[in-house]
Amino acid sequence: MIGWGVLKGMGVTLRQFVGTYPAGRRLLKALRLPEGDGIFTISYPETKQQHAERFRYFPFLVYDATPDNLRCVACKICEQECPPQCIYITMAKDEQNRPLKTNGRTFPAQFDIDVAICMSCRICVDVCPFEAIEMDNRHEISTHGRGPELMFDKSALLRSADYFQQIKPTEAATVNARLAAKAAKAQPPKPAAPTPPAASASDTGGASGTTTPPPPHA
Amino acid sequence: MTDTLKTDLMEINLGPQHPSTHGVFQMAVQLDGETIVSLKPVLGYLHRNHEQICEDVSYIGCFPYTDRLDYFCAMTNNLGLAVAIEQLGGIEVPERAQYLRVILAELTRLVNHTSVTGFLLNDMGAFGTPLLYAFREREKILDLFEMASGSRMMCNYIRPGGVREDVPEGFLDRVRGITAAYPRFLDEMETLLTENEIIRQRTQGVGVLPRELAVSASVTGPMLRASGVDYDLRKVDGYAAYPRMRFKVPLGLAGDVYDRYYVRVLEMRESLKILEQALKEIPASGPALSAKGQQIGRSPRTFRPPKGDAYGRIESPKGELGFYLVSDGSPQPYRYHVRAPSFINLTVLEDMCRGQKVADAIIILGSVDIVMGEVDR
Ligand code: SF4
Ligand code: SF4
Repeated sequence: MIGWGVLKGMGVTLRQFVGTYPAGRRLLKALRLPEGDGIFTISYPETKQQHAERFRYFPFLVYDATPDNLRCVACKICEQECPPQCIYITMAKDEQNRPLKTNGRTFPAQFDIDVAICMSCRICVDVCPFEAIEMDNRHEISTHGRGPELMFDKSALLRSADYFQQIKPTEAATVNARLAAKAAKAQPPKPAAPTPPAASASDTGGASGTTTPPPPHA
Repeated sequence: MTDTLKTDLMEINLGPQHPSTHGVFQMAVQLDGETIVSLKPVLGYLHRNHEQICEDVSYIGCFPYTDRLDYFCAMTNNLGLAVAIEQLGGIEVPERAQYLRVILAELTRLVNHTSVTGFLLNDMGAFGTPLLYAFREREKILDLFEMASGSRMMCNYIRPGGVREDVPEGFLDRVRGITAAYPRFLDEMETLLTENEIIRQRTQGVGVLPRELAVSASVTGPMLRASGVDYDLRKVDGYAAYPRMRFKVPLGLAGDVYDRYYVRVLEMRESLKILEQALKEIPASGPALSAKGQQIGRSPRTFRPPKGDAYGRIESPKGELGFYLVSDGSPQPYRYHVRAPSFINLTVLEDMCRGQKVADAIIILGSVDIVMGEVDR
C-alpha cells in the first residue's frame, strides 16, 4: 500500500519523541515497545561530560616536588619531532654559553608551546626520554586574543607530578615504574653521584642539541 | 513548445558555500530547464599541502596528519599508513594488535556508514531527524575511540607494528555492548527509511553508475559494490585479521542511489558479524605493539627504512585507501602519496548526473560519500 512505509517511519519518530519523557518511557514499557536511550544530550556548561582517562588535549611540563625541579632537560627532542613545529625551547646558559644546572640537570630557560598550532597529537609525550612532558585534559582554554594569549610559556605549562597522578592514575603508574627502573639501572656504576644519567647526554646543548642521539630507554 | 522556443542554457554554481556539498566543494552546473547538461567539479578549496607536509616530518609524524584526511575515519586512515610503512620497513604486527585493528576498523565503518546515511537523508530534505539518530549512535562509538586513543576524532592510535598502547580495561566489553545494541538501531533506521515511498521515488533509478564505467574509472568501495562488482580489499588483500573472519560482501543490482544506501546498510550488518567474531577470537593478552614498533614510536628518527618504495592499501569505509611511500633511506619519506577514495569516486559525478534533474545532483553527490579533507588534501 502506498504510504505505509512513510507511516511506519513516522511511528519510529513518534516513539523516539515519546521516549524522551519519563512518563513516555513508562508508557512505552507498558506497551512493550523498545524504550530507546531517552534524552542523550547534556546541557553544557551546567553539566559536563566525564572524559576518558586517556583524553588528551594539550601538553604540560611535569615537575617533581617544587616548580624549579623540572624533569625537562631542554634536550629539544620534542621540539624536533613535533609535527607542526609548535614548541620553542632555549636551554638556560651562563655568560660563557655553558649550560646552567639545577639538581645536576640542565633546564630550559624558555619553553613555549603555541596552542593555536598544537594539534594534540601526543607525539612530544611519546618521544620525550625523560617523561618530562605529558598531556593535560584541561580543554576550556579559550581566550579573547590570538597573539600572546595563545602562546603558553614555561610558567603556564608547569604542573606537578601529583597533578599528573591525579588526572591520569594509570598512565602515571607506568611512567613512575619506567622512571624507577631507569634510576635503578643508573645507580650501580656511580652510586655516590646523585646526577641522573640524563645530564651527560644533553650537555652538548644549544643548536647542536638537536643532533644528540636520544638516550636509551629503560 | 520546446521545439519552437529556444532558450539559453543556465549556469549555476552549487557551492562552495552550500550546506549539502559536504564541505567546500563547488559544482558548476549547466542546466537546460531543470535538466543537467554538464557538471564541472571545482576542487581545491580545502587544499592544505598534506603530501608535502608529510615529506617534511618523520614517518611517525605523518600519522596525526592522516587523521585529518577523512576526519570521519581517523582509525582507518592510520591503519592505511601503518600498513604501507610496515611493508616498507618489514615490520611484524603482533596477533592481538591484528584483532584490535579489525575491531577499530569495523567500528569506524559503522561510524562512517551511519553518518553518511544520515547526511544523505539530510540532502533529500529530511532535515535533522535521521541525521541526529545517526549521530547519537556515532557518539557512542566516538566515546570508545576516546577511551582507547584519547581523542574522539583525531585518534593517532594505530601505529606501524600494532597500536600505540593496548586498549584500557573494559574497552572490549563496551565494544561488545555496542555490537549487541546496534542491530536494533539498524532495524529502526530501516523501518524509517528502507520502505519509505518518498525515499524510493527520490533514489531508485537516480544517478545510475553502470558497472563498466565504475570499473574503468577505478571507483572503489560501497559505490563500486552497489554497481554489482564484487571487489573488497578485505577479501582480496586479506590484511590484519580479516582472512580469519567470515563475512559476506553485499552487492547492489542497479547501481543507483538507493542501492548505494542499501549496500551500506548491509555492510554495517556484516561489520557487526565481523566484530562479534573478532571479539570472540581476540587473544586475551599479548603485546599490542611489536618491539620495533615501540622503538619507532619512542625515537622516530631511528627508523630509516631501506631505499625503495611500497604501496599499502586497505578497504576504508569509502573505498580503497592507499598510501604510496618512497624511501631514500632517510628518516623522512622521500615521496608520500595518498590514493584517496573520495577523490577518485568523485570523478564519475558528471556521468551520473547528466540528464538528471538539478535537485538530484545533490543526492547523487550525497550518495558518493565524500569528505573534502580527503578529496583536496
Ligand atoms: S623531549 Fe622532554 S626533556 Fe627533551 S626538551 Fe622535550 S620535554 Fe624537555
Ligand atoms: S601534542 Fe603534538 S602538536 Fe602539540 S606540542 Fe606535542 S607534538 Fe606538538
